Amino acid sequence: MSVTTRPVPQVRIAPPSFKRPLIMTLASLVLGSIFVLLAPADQQTTFVFNLGDTLVALPDWVVSSRLAATGFALAALACSAIAWPINTRRGSLFFPAVGVGFFLVMSFLSWVGADEVLPVTGLLQGSLLLAVPLVFGAMAGVLSERAGVININIEGQLLVGAFLGAVVGSLLANAYLGLLAAPVAGALMGLLLAVFATRYFVDQVVVGVVLNVLAVGLTGFLYSRFLTEDADLWNNPEVLPTIAVPVLSEIPILGPILFDQNVIVYLMYVVVVAVQVALFKTRWGLRLRSVGEHPEAADSVGIRVNRTRFRAVVLAGAVAGLGGAFFTLGSVGAFGREMTAGNGFIALAAVIFGRWNPIGALAAALLFGFADNLQNVLSIIGSPIPSQFLLMLPYVVTILAVVGLVGKVRAPGADGIPFKKS
Amino acid sequence: MSDEFPPDPSTGLSGSKTTDTLHPPDELAGSLTEALRRRVLTMNLAVTLLAVVLALAIGAVLIAVSSPSVIEAAGYFFARPMDTFSAIWNSVASAYSALFQGALLDVDELREGNIADAFYPISETLTVSAPLILAGLAVAIPFRAGLFNIGAQGQMAFAAIGGGLVGFGLSLPAGLHLVASLLMAMIFGAFWAGIVGFLKAKTGAHEVITTIMLNYIALFFLGWVLNQDWFQREGRNDPISPILNETATFPLLFGGGLRIHLGILVALGAVIVVWWMLTKTITGFRIQTVGANSAAARTAGMNVGRVWIIAMLWAGAMAGLAVSMNVNGTDKVVTAGIVGNIGFDAITVALLGRGSPFGVLGAGLLIGGLRAGGLAMQASTGTPIDIVLVLQALIVLFIAAPALVRSVFRLRGKTAESLTIAKGWGS
Amino acid sequence: MRLELRGITKRFGDLVANDDISVTFEPGQIHALLGENGAGKSTLMNVLYGLLTPDAGEIYVDGEPVVFGDPAGAIEAGIGMVHQHFMLVPVFSVAENVELGAESVGAFGFLKAQSAADAVRRVSSEYGLEVDPNAIVEDLPVGIQQRVEIIKALTREAECLILDEPTAVLTPQETDELLTIIRGLRDAGKTIVMITHKLREVREAADVITVIRRGRVVAESVSPQTSQSQLAALMVGRDVSLVVDKPEAAVGDEVLSVSELSVYDVTGRALVDSVSFQVRAGEVLCIAGVQGNGQSELVEALVGLHERSSGAVSLGEVRIDGASTKRILDMGVGYVPEDREHDGLVGSFPLAHNMVLDSINEQPWSRFGLIDYAKINKHGADLIEQFDVRARSADVLAATLSGGNKQKVVLAREMSRSLRVLIASQPTRGLDVGSIEFVHRQIIEARQSGVAVIVVSTELDEVYALADRIAVMYAGTIAGIVDPGISRDDLGLLMAGAVAS
Ligand SMILES: Nc1ncnc2c1ncn2[C@@H]1O[C@H](COP(=O)(O)OP(=O)(O)O)[C@@H](O)[C@H]1O
Ligand SMILES: [Mg+2]
Repeated sequence: MSVTTRPVPQVRIAPPSFKRPLIMTLASLVLGSIFVLLAPADQQTTFVFNLGDTLVALPDWVVSSRLAATGFALAALACSAIAWPINTRRGSLFFPAVGVGFFLVMSFLSWVGADEVLPVTGLLQGSLLLAVPLVFGAMAGVLSERAGVININIEGQLLVGAFLGAVVGSLLANAYLGLLAAPVAGALMGLLLAVFATRYFVDQVVVGVVLNVLAVGLTGFLYSRFLTEDADLWNNPEVLPTIAVPVLSEIPILGPILFDQNVIVYLMYVVVVAVQVALFKTRWGLRLRSVGEHPEAADSVGIRVNRTRFRAVVLAGAVAGLGGAFFTLGSVGAFGREMTAGNGFIALAAVIFGRWNPIGALAAALLFGFADNLQNVLSIIGSPIPSQFLLMLPYVVTILAVVGLVGKVRAPGADGIPFKKS
Repeated sequence: MSDEFPPDPSTGLSGSKTTDTLHPPDELAGSLTEALRRRVLTMNLAVTLLAVVLALAIGAVLIAVSSPSVIEAAGYFFARPMDTFSAIWNSVASAYSALFQGALLDVDELREGNIADAFYPISETLTVSAPLILAGLAVAIPFRAGLFNIGAQGQMAFAAIGGGLVGFGLSLPAGLHLVASLLMAMIFGAFWAGIVGFLKAKTGAHEVITTIMLNYIALFFLGWVLNQDWFQREGRNDPISPILNETATFPLLFGGGLRIHLGILVALGAVIVVWWMLTKTITGFRIQTVGANSAAARTAGMNVGRVWIIAMLWAGAMAGLAVSMNVNGTDKVVTAGIVGNIGFDAITVALLGRGSPFGVLGAGLLIGGLRAGGLAMQASTGTPIDIVLVLQALIVLFIAAPALVRSVFRLRGKTAESLTIAKGWGS
Repeated sequence: MRLELRGITKRFGDLVANDDISVTFEPGQIHALLGENGAGKSTLMNVLYGLLTPDAGEIYVDGEPVVFGDPAGAIEAGIGMVHQHFMLVPVFSVAENVELGAESVGAFGFLKAQSAADAVRRVSSEYGLEVDPNAIVEDLPVGIQQRVEIIKALTREAECLILDEPTAVLTPQETDELLTIIRGLRDAGKTIVMITHKLREVREAADVITVIRRGRVVAESVSPQTSQSQLAALMVGRDVSLVVDKPEAAVGDEVLSVSELSVYDVTGRALVDSVSFQVRAGEVLCIAGVQGNGQSELVEALVGLHERSSGAVSLGEVRIDGASTKRILDMGVGYVPEDREHDGLVGSFPLAHNMVLDSINEQPWSRFGLIDYAKINKHGADLIEQFDVRARSADVLAATLSGGNKQKVVLAREMSRSLRVLIASQPTRGLDVGSIEFVHRQIIEARQSGVAVIVVSTELDEVYALADRIAVMYAGTIAGIVDPGISRDDLGLLMAGAVAS
C-alpha cells in the first residue's frame, strides 16, 4: 500500500439553474404582450413631469399608447435577455430584475394612461411620502433584527409614536416638540420588547404580537377618553411645514420629489445613511451584528450580548416612533384609531425583502410606497382594473418576491434566539 | 460549549439548543379527561391567575387615572382628599363590576326574576367566544407544527365568500343547507391557508410574511366581490350581500332575545375533534413531531412540507368555521367587516391557550367574556372598551413571562414552561 | 504566567460538573487536561475564562487572586482560549473576527480600515500561521478557522493559551503542524493548557498531565511517559480494552451500490463529487476523513435527505436515488444521523414515541390512521430493557438523557426494524467510553447478522476498530478504498488529499 500526493482537486460547479432568467423573460413576454395588445393604437398617453417650480420646466411627453407600451415592453424584454448571460453562480440579477420591473410598469402605465394625463413626478412624490413610515419602520426592523431580536412590534412602535407625537404637539402647540416626543414613545415600546426578549427570554414573536395589541388598546383607550372628548386641546397639532431646500428643490423631477418636503423626510435620509454607515463601518455596528449572528462568539470576547441587544431594540423603537410621527405631524395632523393600518407589517416585509440591509430595506419600502400610490393615481384617472386589485398589488409583489425571484434570504444567524448564560 | 446538557428540571427540556416546544408532549396520549387534568396541572394555574390579577390591577390604574370624575376630584385633592379616593374606588369598581356582570350574569335582572335578561350576558359571552375559539384553533394547529399563522384574518375573509355564496345563493333543505354553507366556508378557508403551507413547503417562503400579505389580498378581494352583481344585494350600492336563506343559518338555542345559537356547540365539537386529531391520529403525531423538531421529523422520513400543508388546511377549515359563526349565525349577511378583528384576536387566544385545543377553549371563553363584558362596561360606565385589549395583552405578556409574575408576587421556585413558537426566520 | 485554580466547584442543577478541582499551570509548559467526554474539562476552562461563574473556588494569576465576571476580565489578564466549538462569526472576515471586542477605532467609533488586517498579518508571520485576513470565515476549512482562533488570542497578547479539544477536527498531519505551533508558543514562554481525550497526542505533546474523571482530579503531575493503557484506566476508572472483539467477516452479496454520486450545495458547488463504491452484506465499510470533506452530505444523499444530487444508488436491484427518505427507510435502511440531538430525536417527546418516529404509520403502532399508544409504550419499554438505556421508563423525555443513552435510543429504533443496510454517521462522537463500547458492539452485531454497514467516522481509532474496508474521503472525492492494514501515516496522507496507488 502506498500513497502519492496530488494537487487539490478542482471544485466542480453544477450548471446554474435558469429558472430566474426564464421567469423574467416569461413575465416580460406575457405581461408585455398583454399591455401592448390592450393599449389602444389610436389614443395617446400624456406623461407629465412638471411639479412645482423647477429651474427648467420639462415639456409633457405625449405619445401613442400602443407605441409607448410596445417600446417599454421591448425594453423589459431586453433587460430579461441580459439576465441570461450574467446568470452565473456569482452574478447578481438585481439590476436586470429592477429593469424588467421598471419597464413593465411603464408599459402598463402607457396602456392605462391612454387618453389620460399621467403625473409621473407627482406619482413618485406621493410614493415617497407613503414610503416614509415604511422606511423608518424598516430601519427599526433592521436595527433590532441585526442584533438578533425579531421585531414584529414595529406596528405598535409606529402607532404610539403617532399618538404621542400628536398629543404632545397639540398640548404644547408645537409640532417640533411633538416630533421630539414621538421617538420617546417608540423607545418605551421598544423597551418593553427589549425587557421581555432579553431579560425574561420570552419568545420574541409572541411579545411582538402582544405588544402590538397593547399599543392598539392603550392608544385606543386614551383616544376615547381624552382625544375625542376635547379634540381641540388633545388632538389638534399643527402639521409640520414643508421646507424647500434651496437650489436642490429646483432640480427637475428630483427636486420636488426629494427636496421639497417636511423635516421628517429629511430626517429619514439621515437615518438611513446613519444606520447603513453605523452598522458596517463602526465598532458599534460590528458588535451589534456579532451579537445577532453568533452571540456566543461575541460573549467569548467580552461583549455584553443582552445589553447590546437591549440597547439596539430600544433604539429601534425610537426610530420607529419617529416614523410614526409622520402619520400625524407629517401628514394628517390628527391621531386616529389604529391609523398605522398595517404599515408596520409592510415595513417588516421590507426588512426581509431587503435582506436585512438598510439600503435594501429602503429600496423595498420605496417599492411598496410606489405600488400603493400607483393605485391612488390610477383610481383618480380611472383605470380599467378594479381598484381592489391594484390595492392588492404590493402584497402580491411581496409574496412573489419572497417566493422566487429574490432567492432564499438569509436572516442574521441568531435572529429570534434568546441568549441565555448558565 | 459542551456536548450535552442535562435537562432543566423546570421544563424537562434540554438546556441546549434543541428546540423547546410550545407545549408539553404529555397530551399525546391518554383519555380526554386525563388530558384535561394534565392540562390544568401543567398550565400552572397559579401563574395564570396571578397574571390575570396583575393585568386587572394595571387596568384599574389606567381606568382610575383617566376617569373624568377622578381627575375632577384630584383638582381639589388637598381640600378634600377623600373625594379623590372615593372617586377612584367608584370608577374602578363600577367599571369592573359592569365588566364582570356584562360577561357572566346580570345580577339586578336576576333579582327581579327576569331570567332571560339575567342570562343575557353569558349568552353574549358564548356567542362572541364561538368564533374566537374556532379562529384560535386556526392559529393553534399550525403552532403545533411550528408555523405561526397570522393569517386567520384573511382565511376568514376568503371563507366568508364561499360560505355566503352557498348560504344566499342556493336553496336547499334546512340543515343540509347550513352544512353545505359551512363546508364551503371550510373549503375556501382551507384553500387560502393551504397556499401558505404550499409556498412554505415548496419555496421556504416564511409564513409570517405570506400570511400577512394574504390577509390584505383576501380583504381587498372580499371588497371586490362585494361589489359584483353576483354577490351584492340587489338595489344596494354599499358592499353588502343578500341576507342568507333561513335554511342556512344557525338556529337559536334558547331564543327570547338571547343571541346564543347552535354555533357554540359546533365550536365545542371542533375543539374535541382537533384534540382528537392531534392526540390520536398519525396526522397529529406528525404535526407535533414536525413542530417539535422538524429536522428529526425529516430524518425519520416524514414529509415535512406535506405536514405543513396539512396543518394549514386544518387551520383554514377552522377559520372557515369561525367566520361562519358570524355569516350563518349572528350577522346573516356578508359585509366587508364580517371578520371584525377576530383573526388577530385569535392569535392572543392561541397564545393564551398555549396552542392546546382545550387551552384555546378556555382562552376563547376568557377573551369572549372580556369582549362581551367590555361592551356592557362601555355602555353603562363610559369606560372605553379598548381597556379590554390592554387587559388581553397584559395577561398574555405576564403568562409568557412567569418569572416576572413570580418576582412581582415574590413567589419562589421554578414553574411554568415559557412560551416558544418561532425559531427565528429560518425555514 | 502562572495560573492556579483552587477548589473549583461548578454545578448545573443537580449535576456537579466540577467537584473541588485544584490544578496549577506553569509558564513554558504544555499542560494536558485529560478526561473522557463529559468529565468536566470544558466546564473548568469556561470557569477559568470567565464564561461560567464557579459555585466555589478561587483563581490565582501569578499568585494574585482574581475574579473574572466575564471573558473580558480573563482576556485582560492575558488568558486566551480556543474553544472546542469555534467562537467565530461565520459571515465576518478573518480580520473582523480577530478585532471583535478589541477594535481599534478612530473618531466617532469608526473602525480603522486596515489595522485589524495588519495585526493578523503581523501575528501570522511571527508564528507562522498563514491566513488571508480578508477571507470570510465560513468559506475557510476548519483547520484554518482554528488558526484564526489562535491568532485571535495572540493579538490580544495572551500569555496563557487554552486549547479545548483542538485536534478533533484535524488530520494527523494538521495535528502535527498544530503541535509544532504549540511547542513554539511554549518555547516563547507561554502557558499552554491543552484539553483532550486522545491519549496519543497527550503523550506526544504534553509536558505534564492532569487527569479528570466525573468532575474530579484523579491524578495530577502525571508524566507523559505513562503508558496508554495506564492513562486510559485513569481516565475511565477501570481497565478498558482498546480493541473491539471482531470475528472474521462473513461477507455476502453486494447490497448497496453507489455509482458516480454527486451532491451539490445551493450555489451548485459539488460537495460530493462523483463517488462510487459498493457495500456487501456482513461487512463494515468505514468512511474516514476529516470533518467537512463531504461525508455528511454523502450519507444524507444515500438516505434521500439531500435535494440536489445526481448519480445512481441501488439497494439490491432497486434504484433508490431520488426516492423519498420514507421509502428508503422502509426498504430496510437504518440511519443513525451524525447530530443525534438535532436530527435523531425529538427532545420533548417521551422515549417510546421516539422509538417509533420512522414507523408510526405501520402496524401495530397504528391502524387506519389511529395510533395505538399502549403498543407503542410497551415496545418502548422493551427496547429500553434490551438496549440498556438508563432511564426510569419509556415515558421519560428524550432530552433528559445523557448523550450515550440518547444514542442508544436512536440505535434501538433503527435496529429494531429489519435492516439490510445500516448507515451510522459519527456514531460515538461525544460519548463516554462505556457507551462507545456498547455502540461498537451493536455495530459489529449488525454486521454479524448479515447487514451491510457503513460507518462514517473522523476518529482513526474507531475506524481501525470497526472497518473491514476503509474509504477515505477528501474534498468530496474518495481518495482511496483501502484495507484496514494501512498504516496510520498513510491513512493520514490520504485524508490530506494524497491518492492511493
Ligand atoms: N451549560 C450547561 N448546562 C448544563 N449542563 C452542562 C452545561 N455544560 C456542561 N454540562 C454538563 O456538565 C458535564 C461536563 O461537561 P463538559 O465540561 O463539557 O465535559 P468535557 O468537556 O470534559 O467533555 C456534562 O455532563 C455536561 O452535560
Ligand atoms: Mg468538552
